[in-house]
Amino acid sequence: MPMDLDLRKPLGLLFAVLGLLLAAYGMAGDASVYRKSLGVNVNLWWGGFLLVSGCAVLAVARRGSGR
Amino acid sequence: MNRILLEPVDYAVLGVYLAFVVAIGVALKRFMRTSDDFLMTGRSMPAWVAGLAFLSANLGAQEVMGMAASGAKYGIATSHFYWVGAVPAMVFVGVFMMPFYYGSRARSVPEYLKLRFDEKTRGFNALTFAAMTIFSSGISLYAMGLLLASLLGWDFHASIALSALIVLAYIFLGGLASAIYNEVLQFFLIVAGFFPLVVLGLTDVGGWNGLTARLGEVATSQGFAAGAYTESWRHTASAAANPMGVEWFGLAMGLGFVLSFGYWCTDFLVVQRAMAARSMTAARRTPLIAAVPKMLFPFLVILPGMIALALTNDGGASGFRLPLKEDGSLNYDMTIPLMLGHYFPPGILGLGLTALMASFMSGMAGNVTAFNTVWTYDIYQSYIRSQASDRHYLWVGRFATVFGIAASVGAAFVATRFNNIMDFLQLVFAFVNAPLFATFLLGMFWKRATGHGAFAGLVAGTLAAAAHHGLSLPADALPGVKGGWFGVTARYASEMAQNFWTAIYAWTACFLVTVGVSIVTAAPREESLRGLVHSLTPRSADAGVPWFRRPGPLGAAIIVMAAVLNAFFW
Repeated sequence: MPMDLDLRKPLGLLFAVLGLLLAAYGMAGDASVYRKSLGVNVNLWWGGFLLVSGCAVLAVARRGSGR
Repeated sequence: MNRILLEPVDYAVLGVYLAFVVAIGVALKRFMRTSDDFLMTGRSMPAWVAGLAFLSANLGAQEVMGMAASGAKYGIATSHFYWVGAVPAMVFVGVFMMPFYYGSRARSVPEYLKLRFDEKTRGFNALTFAAMTIFSSGISLYAMGLLLASLLGWDFHASIALSALIVLAYIFLGGLASAIYNEVLQFFLIVAGFFPLVVLGLTDVGGWNGLTARLGEVATSQGFAAGAYTESWRHTASAAANPMGVEWFGLAMGLGFVLSFGYWCTDFLVVQRAMAARSMTAARRTPLIAAVPKMLFPFLVILPGMIALALTNDGGASGFRLPLKEDGSLNYDMTIPLMLGHYFPPGILGLGLTALMASFMSGMAGNVTAFNTVWTYDIYQSYIRSQASDRHYLWVGRFATVFGIAASVGAAFVATRFNNIMDFLQLVFAFVNAPLFATFLLGMFWKRATGHGAFAGLVAGTLAAAAHHGLSLPADALPGVKGGWFGVTARYASEMAQNFWTAIYAWTACFLVTVGVSIVTAAPREESLRGLVHSLTPRSADAGVPWFRRPGPLGAAIIVMAAVLNAFFW
């Protein structure tokens, strides 16, 4: 039996979940913690980017397995 | 030591990751029908998965933290470990060596030696390799326990037990495939965790130009030329002119040739990932796919170290300082975690530390899966029980995981009590590894090389390494584990230079003795060498594959890119 677990699915899901977690914390959390990161809300920005990339990987994986 | 306090959100990030890791093992369990599935993924990995795992298996946390520490200590010259000491060897193994590893259908690197040479050569390699994997995995556990205890205040023993159990769970369930999948996750986590650190750090110090200016002052205050930390080759005419203490010839031959080819082309830990690829083309492309991100990694791991050095020397403006050792010199070991703590607020801090923990665990998992295969096929099946059912070997492979992890935990505890034993073992393994590439080079490209020649060469190379180490000493070190225990006939500017030259002597001795003994012993029969030696193996057919997917042109393009990077940071 070939190993047909498409790694792109867990990979995309992991980054979508982590991105969501960080972005949500970035939106809700206390803004004073961002003095460390030069005033940038890195959780929101980077979390958002990870969320979008994770979803993109998931979308590509779904298209690939549908064929 | 500065403590880092974690918030619930950081623990949530770590928790999500750990849940995924174990879930992958659970999901792969149903594919584990034969020992081949468990120990070699049934040769089913796509090239990109095998390629990223090939890279990641080497990206243990000691590597990541060590390279950042070297970045702080030596500056951009640390890139030699990538652009000189990795990329060319990765291209070589993919283009020239993989046809024999993969094409011979050997299940491990020691098994290739058995097919090409003889039983004793395989035995020597299999036993030293198995011992070395347990040792490295134990050291990895020990380093992680130490980091978590000193940085986060976690309990040392509990940290070791927890991570050993997680690694045990996912390998026991999903075997090599589980380790490989998790290595790919870890690769992306490292990129996701470190990229924002580099962007924030570079912004803070005023970009590359700002960093060059700041490190120029540091270099001149230490008596080096202003570019000593930001130019990689220009100051290597003499070992005294650069912080690394190496000269260009030792660097190019010792690191760029002997050490790097010895590691990337013969170490089963990485080669196993390519052997798990689903076809010959995929196997040959595996190291090439790995070489591209490898080339870019200096920007992720060396730059934070260089930025840390600049911040430490800014007269206190940033509030960041690398800690001091007892003798008053800078302690570089914790550069990465301290930089994460300096720039990262809660949330993304959890991501950065999770990336670090992931590399500890997958560094350990890589060693354990390589150990499983060598133990099951090269030791158990060869010397203990050779005629059992495949079910039996699957069972042996599974339980080798339990044994391997228990032994790693044991090694970690030995390291806490007897640090000098570990230093000594590391030295012995370095001696054994140094000559290996000569054996493989002759084995693959000279059909006259014999089993007696190979074995004698390996022994001679190992002894030559030990002898050179015993007769030389780095500047201002005392005779002992650093060398000089036979008496000091050569002094090197740094330990690194001494290591490079030890490797050069070992390789040369192995090469000459293998050739010499091969000539006076009976030649191997040619029909037994088909598929194992270059001149007796038909060229693999790349016909129909577009040129940009063929290993040859791809490898050439990668070499050109590495040359451009070297030239840019010259």
